[in-house]
Amino acid sequence: MAELPVIARRLSSSRREFLKDAAGLTLASGLLPGGLLARSGVLERDRKVVVITFGGGARDQETFAPEGQENIPHLMKELIPQSAFFTQVVNRGILGHYVATASLATGVYETINNFASLPPENPTVFEYFRKDLKRPASDAWVVAPSNGFNRIGESSHRSYGTGQGARVILPKHLLTAATQGGADYQHLLRDNYEMPFFAPEIAGNEFELEQLRSMLKLSVNEFKARALTLSSPDELSVYIVRQLMRQIAPSLLWITMHDIDVAHAGAFSLYIDGIRRTDRLCAELWGAIQSEPEYAGKTTLFILPDFGRDSDEDSAGNGFQHHRTGDAASRTTWMMALGPGIREGVVHDRALDSTDLVPTIGSIMGFSPSLVHGSPIRELI
Amino acid sequence: MQPSDLKPEQFGAYPPLARKLAADHIATLRKLPLSFLPSLLREIIEYDYKFPMERQALEREVGHLAALPEEQWKEWFLAFRTIQLSPALEKFDWVNLPAQFVEQLSAHLWTTHQQDKFRQAATDYGNRLHAAAPPQNPAIPRLGIAIVGQGIASSDYPLFRRLRSHGAYYTRVSPEGGLETLLDFAASRAKSHPIPYAHWYVDGGAPAEHDSGLIGVSYAALEPARNILLGKMQRHSESPGNGPENLRTVMAALRPSDLRLDKTIADPVLARFEMRLLTEGSGTQIFSTTFAQWAAREVLRRAQPLTLVVRFAPRQRQRPMNELLSVSTAKIEFDPEGSLVDADMGAYYNWINQQRLTGAERSSFIAWFENHNQAVAIGPAVPRGTVSDLPTDLGKILGWAV
Repeated sequence: MAELPVIARRLSSSRREFLKDAAGLTLASGLLPGGLLARSGVLERDRKVVVITFGGGARDQETFAPEGQENIPHLMKELIPQSAFFTQVVNRGILGHYVATASLATGVYETINNFASLPPENPTVFEYFRKDLKRPASDAWVVAPSNGFNRIGESSHRSYGTGQGARVILPKHLLTAATQGGADYQHLLRDNYEMPFFAPEIAGNEFELEQLRSMLKLSVNEFKARALTLSSPDELSVYIVRQLMRQIAPSLLWITMHDIDVAHAGAFSLYIDGIRRTDRLCAELWGAIQSEPEYAGKTTLFILPDFGRDSDEDSAGNGFQHHRTGDAASRTTWMMALGPGIREGVVHDRALDSTDLVPTIGSIMGFSPSLVHGSPIRELI
Repeated sequence: MQPSDLKPEQFGAYPPLARKLAADHIATLRKLPLSFLPSLLREIIEYDYKFPMERQALEREVGHLAALPEEQWKEWFLAFRTIQLSPALEKFDWVNLPAQFVEQLSAHLWTTHQQDKFRQAATDYGNRLHAAAPPQNPAIPRLGIAIVGQGIASSDYPLFRRLRSHGAYYTRVSPEGGLETLLDFAASRAKSHPIPYAHWYVDGGAPAEHDSGLIGVSYAALEPARNILLGKMQRHSESPGNGPENLRTVMAALRPSDLRLDKTIADPVLARFEMRLLTEGSGTQIFSTTFAQWAAREVLRRAQPLTLVVRFAPRQRQRPMNELLSVSTAKIEFDPEGSLVDADMGAYYNWINQQRLTGAERSSFIAWFENHNQAVAIGPAVPRGTVSDLPTDLGKILGWAV
């Protein structure tokens, strides 16, 4: 069996070739001159960052490979030509969605129990951001559709922790509070196949209803009416994100998509539906960033999966259904970055680590995530 | 406890044949590292309920290990010996609960970043074993058949795209009597080579009439067992503090009698196998397409059949997971178009899994859009990547491919 770095490089080369052919991208030949300020003209204090995790994990066959590109028309035609695309982002940590997202958010491979309601052990990007830049709690938000992500906003680290991280919105909790779990809304409340067993209860509805009223400026009836027009939990999340952007305009906003993870139930068509929906929602959010005055022209958007899924070739797995083998396909993902000062339409082939995201955000926004294990991505700063 | 401390009486709770196998090879088992041994015991403890091909493979493995020269032994297990285990794992009752140990070992390996090292060690071991003690070639070339699209009047979905490059794609197949033709052909193979557990028919819905020489497994026949299991899963999910890992442990401990399968399936080996399809497969309890694909995978992996017919049926529409996991008396709504997409991928996986078995270069595979005109055939005599627009039927295709 070829080793992980060899197969990861092979996956990366394939992505580069696919993108070169389909989207007319070029291979980056060097670094951009000057710093991000010189290139973008946006001061550090004005910069905003939005992170979307393209979750929970999609493979090349169903996305960037020729046979998969029909599933991601928005990424292919609209976003990639405007982005710097990194073909090889390797996740060397635990391939569970909560713990992997926590690792992305801390820049350290977390080892917390994926299915327990625990905070990350290392400081999160939100805590670094707020402490270093003295930003208020309202300036860092996480929107996570899965009920299990309610502790992702702040760590248990003794130098950071309680009250110093991001505010977390779980749209399903909001909807449950607003509708009392009414039958018309059940399709927006579903978790994936592995998750109904992990839905830590958050006591009372008052907190959620207060979030709706005072922060999102939504009445219960307005929220319920809008929710009826949506078709999935990720659509609900994007709706909430757009409200947040309009009403609060946080500088650091993190959205965890999860519809794709329906793949665990083994129905390929539902997995593909999830990919197509996530593709559309990513484009919708990029459109929102460009149209909202608080975000337009000063926001860097990162889109990346938390990890991939098992390959068809590994007999220990069952193809697209899971991400249990730890093979190269399940560990090797991609990332795109869009925004002012980022060279558009180029592909970067060198291997990055999942833990490089937080220090890169730190460099863009001007804070120092001192405990991270990754390094800033030099092509973006 | 370490493997070197093993005593024959510690296998007292094993079923009789498993107990004997372990006792007969206790000297070998004592030499194995703890990071490896429970994986082998997980197989041994199930020996009484294994298919003949699995029993032979297990006997071959322990027999080969017993005869392995000391130098090679060190080479084979060096990487496993470098895996660091926790004190909790060392204290675990891995003799009697090897499957649960392996679950916990897996979590430990991920947490301590040893998963890649273990994975490499396991792959190397598998390759060495395969080279040193290869499985026998099948008595006749294997044949896999996938039937997709039951109940679909028409569809524009481009079927069999992943399979076409490996064989011939037929666009004008007469659908007349197609299902009977395929099942009769499978039955004729069962008659001419009556080997136990060698000829199977899996149906994602209610099974069509078929010869008793084929072992039949169907989603419809398992409905009572599925409902019992869904009830257990639902109760588990409603209990505070329970997670998916805990659920897997609970499901691993179930016996056929817990799902009343001992009342409906006379053969205890088959009853246990069908129970495992429901307790080990994700989504097999709720989606018939997932069930058919997983059942095919497990039949191929475990029974290594000579003939396998898999007929996919429409699955229910996606609903909130808590609803899917509850036993409902309401009329089920189906998703035929989504099921066709699922089945198309399932057919491809069936072929991949068949190709993992010995004799792959001689095996054949046919996929057909039920009651329609499209089929694909793969086999040593079938030209790859070809398309035939000439009128034909499944009988002729079988004649060319098999």
